[in-house]
Amino acid sequence: MSSPTIIVSASPHIHSDRTSKRIMYDVIIALIPAFLVSIYVFGIGALIVTSVAIISCILFEYLIQKFLLKSAVTITDGSALITGILLAFNLPSNLPIWMVIVGSLVAIGIAKMSFGGLGFNIFNPALVGRVFLLISFPVQMTSWPTAIENNTTLADAVTGATPLAIIKDGLMAGETMTNLSAKLPSIMELFLGITGGSLGEMSALALLLGGLYLLIRKVITWHIPVTMLGTMAIMTGIFWLINPAAYANPMIHILTGGAIIGAFFMATDLVTSPMTHKGMIIFAVGIGLITVVIRLFGAYPEGVSFAILIMNALVPLINKNFKPRRFGATIYSKIVSK
Amino acid sequence: MLKTFQLGGIHPPENKLTADKPIKRLPVPKVVYVPIAQHIGIPSTIIVAVKDSVQIGQVIAKSGGFVSSNIHSPVAGVVTKLDKMVDTSGYKKQCIVIRTDEKNLSNFEEITYPLKTNIELSSEEILQRISDFGIVGLGGATFPSHVKHYINPAKKIDYLIVNGVECEPYLTADHRLMLEKSQEIIIGIKILMSALQLKNAIIGIENNKKDAIALFKNLTLNEPKILVAALAVKYPQGSEKQLVSALLKKEVPKNGLPLDIGVIVHNVGTIFAIYEAVQHQKPLTERVVTVTGKNLKNPSNYWVKIGTPISDLIKDAGGLPDGTRKIINGGPMMGKAIKNTEVPITKGTSGILIIAEEEASRNKVENCIRCSECVFVCPMGLEPHLLMSLAERALFERAFEEDIKTCIECGSCSYVCPSNRPLLDYIRFGKNSIQKLSLSQ
Amino acid sequence: MTDSILNSVLLMSSLGLIAALVLFVVSKKFYVYENPLISEIDELLPAANCAGCGSPGCRAFAEKLVNTEDISALFCPVGGNAVMQLVADKLGKTVAKKDPTVAVVRCQGSCEVRPKTSEYQGPDSCAISSFIYSGETDCQYGCLGEGDCVKVCLFDAIYMDEKTGLPVVITDNCTSCGMCVSACPRHIIEMRPRNKKDLKIFVGCLNEDKGGIAKKACAFACIGCDKCVEVCEKNAIFMTNNLAYIDPVLCTLCRKCVAVCPTKSIVETNFPVKKEKNYLKKFQNR
Repeated sequence: MSSPTIIVSASPHIHSDRTSKRIMYDVIIALIPAFLVSIYVFGIGALIVTSVAIISCILFEYLIQKFLLKSAVTITDGSALITGILLAFNLPSNLPIWMVIVGSLVAIGIAKMSFGGLGFNIFNPALVGRVFLLISFPVQMTSWPTAIENNTTLADAVTGATPLAIIKDGLMAGETMTNLSAKLPSIMELFLGITGGSLGEMSALALLLGGLYLLIRKVITWHIPVTMLGTMAIMTGIFWLINPAAYANPMIHILTGGAIIGAFFMATDLVTSPMTHKGMIIFAVGIGLITVVIRLFGAYPEGVSFAILIMNALVPLINKNFKPRRFGATIYSKIVSK
Repeated sequence: MLKTFQLGGIHPPENKLTADKPIKRLPVPKVVYVPIAQHIGIPSTIIVAVKDSVQIGQVIAKSGGFVSSNIHSPVAGVVTKLDKMVDTSGYKKQCIVIRTDEKNLSNFEEITYPLKTNIELSSEEILQRISDFGIVGLGGATFPSHVKHYINPAKKIDYLIVNGVECEPYLTADHRLMLEKSQEIIIGIKILMSALQLKNAIIGIENNKKDAIALFKNLTLNEPKILVAALAVKYPQGSEKQLVSALLKKEVPKNGLPLDIGVIVHNVGTIFAIYEAVQHQKPLTERVVTVTGKNLKNPSNYWVKIGTPISDLIKDAGGLPDGTRKIINGGPMMGKAIKNTEVPITKGTSGILIIAEEEASRNKVENCIRCSECVFVCPMGLEPHLLMSLAERALFERAFEEDIKTCIECGSCSYVCPSNRPLLDYIRFGKNSIQKLSLSQ
Repeated sequence: MTDSILNSVLLMSSLGLIAALVLFVVSKKFYVYENPLISEIDELLPAANCAGCGSPGCRAFAEKLVNTEDISALFCPVGGNAVMQLVADKLGKTVAKKDPTVAVVRCQGSCEVRPKTSEYQGPDSCAISSFIYSGETDCQYGCLGEGDCVKVCLFDAIYMDEKTGLPVVITDNCTSCGMCVSACPRHIIEMRPRNKKDLKIFVGCLNEDKGGIAKKACAFACIGCDKCVEVCEKNAIFMTNNLAYIDPVLCTLCRKCVAVCPTKSIVETNFPVKKEKNYLKKFQNR
């Protein structure tokens, strides 16, 4: 007659089936199409870089939690796995392995664990890792292998520039857009991802599929991706309309570089994005503007990573100033309280 | 598109197991334990002594102040003890213990009153009866009903809103009452409308009770002043403020009452109690309680005398199933977990929910991943994650500035949190601490 | 080459000059007079910032000491009489002497004697668990065991005993700042006078229930039997609401009440072991 003791806890007594783990694994599922495309066009190199990044991210998190912080090890929550994948997706597939490991250490060690681990980091860890590598090893980080359909070679044979780099270098050398567009891949090729670039950022189609999955699973909302891409389209569109000879058209800007992966996977990172819809829109507009400014006027051909990191730094400020609308806090209530 | 409120809200699994079970009447309990603090406000003052014999409906504790209410004896019998008993608050509170007379024990079929349609009393008499017969809000908040009518007599009231939403999962007490006592409820509405000189009344019912909506629509065909509104199913629509917002597209101002925008809200159960009090002079001594749970043999709805121990109800519903880990007084979202079944039913008990092992334990708390889901679902437009961390660090002044006091404790934030964080626990702690601080200053 | 050196030197010095000027103007314009005594008093205080004195920190207390005429009502529990005397000498004011006190835990409801009848799930906080319900045991007066007192203690003077589930005061560390007293939602911690050998006798129970109910919930509960009241020669024990309380001022530490208490709910601390036992020990050692 020993019935189990009664549990007493505060309400609510039921819980939704939404868990952190489920959210993390949804993100991983959403990244699979882009990963498959990258293996298809970059071959074994893509697989090696991705697996090294994943393994080293998880390993560093384990080591830091176990020996440095002496706290509970939480590598199974999937967040380190995502950081690894996203970091790899932002690297060229022929990057030396040791650089990938250094990038992972920076991403996990500096950008995530030194802030207190999951949920406390201010900057997107994968992007910090990427930007660290980009600044430290600019040559290796910007010599991408050319995309070859159904690639089976270890792809360090041929290297080529990304479409954005072609435009930047060309425009700096004094060429006009009309001449340059002949060197660029077609819009369709850009959309499918048959172009040079980092591992996971080329195929807009695959990334959009993943993004759609995240939207359906309600992991992200439409606010950040739509606003960010919209801002970019409007800004580049204005310049393109003013002078089509000096500026690329908005389609090219959205489909190249990290714009799509940035909009759906990097900027929407739950931890480092604002917590209200209003804030998300401000945040995304900021990313769009900064990206366009860097792309059109900066020294780097690509600016999404920098733009997201800069806006990440502003998130606490955005959270503080863009509160959700309180129930009953209307003009009417002000009159009543008087 | 069905009407609903704008901000936030969730849709937990409904689990209305007892929706088609007619309300049964439980035999009169041998002993009743009547707590004197059954309502929000000042506890009532006991006016009987040990060994007094009391009649059904006799006042045994008088209202202790303005925000307070009379308490009537639910049975005929003898007062055996005035003692402290654990009640639904989890603490020992003063109770009046009455032993039912033997001869009344068998006579448990309640006298059914014939329907009385014409309203004979004047406005003052009606309001006086509501006050005298111990009517409190039966939706769960147990706010003394007469206070709602007297709080600001100068304020013009445009609408009477009747709350038939019952948004809590599992509970069906109001649903069954609406189906079985629909005519009485309509008369109750008319009584209140005539007493308060109201022009309009709206009955808000969630769309998962289609039979009740149809029934009321039918009954109000010739009542142009009484409107029946079907609402989309969304929790916490049964909260006063959310219901007003859903029906009238007007929001009760911050820290205000529905009265501020000319609305008065009553639960259907309260309306029925008002009908009985005004038309048949019957005080509030019993109520409908849903006894439910997935593992319970025989989940049902009951007419229960106030003061009946919960164990009596569970026994009739098939006994406590093996492996029970949690007993909840109320619904799963806002109800209170209780320690044992020797707790009496009070005016605020709308249901008893039995939960087994799988659902009883809380999951492990993880780091906040800042997914902002709590912000999106908060029906009051608050930031639960922020309020929790402020309360945790005892920064109560800042929490106050972030409107922690407007939280209605619906639990939507804790329900959705993917990291299983005890958001509401800390918010409640913050609210209480602020209350204490402002009292001591 | 020389030009650029000269330029940079000029630039840096002029920048420095401008900054210095701004600093000078600002510090003159926004200068606030503060009694230098405050800083001096602040240095005398223990700098624990425990708020045990009622002020939100030592600096605030120093201000209060300097600005108040009659400081006999003010007291720093951490520094004690010694510090207060120093302060008094400095300020030329008189202070009241207070007997040193120490925190005592007035609950003996360990896991063994007070069976758990339910399981609490929620944040580790007595404050939160206390407004959900009366606690895991049937005693609604005793320790909840979530350790709020330990969390607020700045001096590591209190810890949770894992075996008993009750807090234990480390008398040597306790500064009697009173943070644990106000943190406990059940008010089971009390400040009682501390004498040289730290001898104390107090009722280790707060249960106001009637004897039978109290005894059922906890074997060490005070059952309100009045035996201690009868045996006390100094009339130091009072019985209110079925609960005995020993007045620390009147108590002469005679220990008669300890012997008569049927539920061992009166606690004695640090008294030497009874003589017979000492003999036995010596005997055994030989």
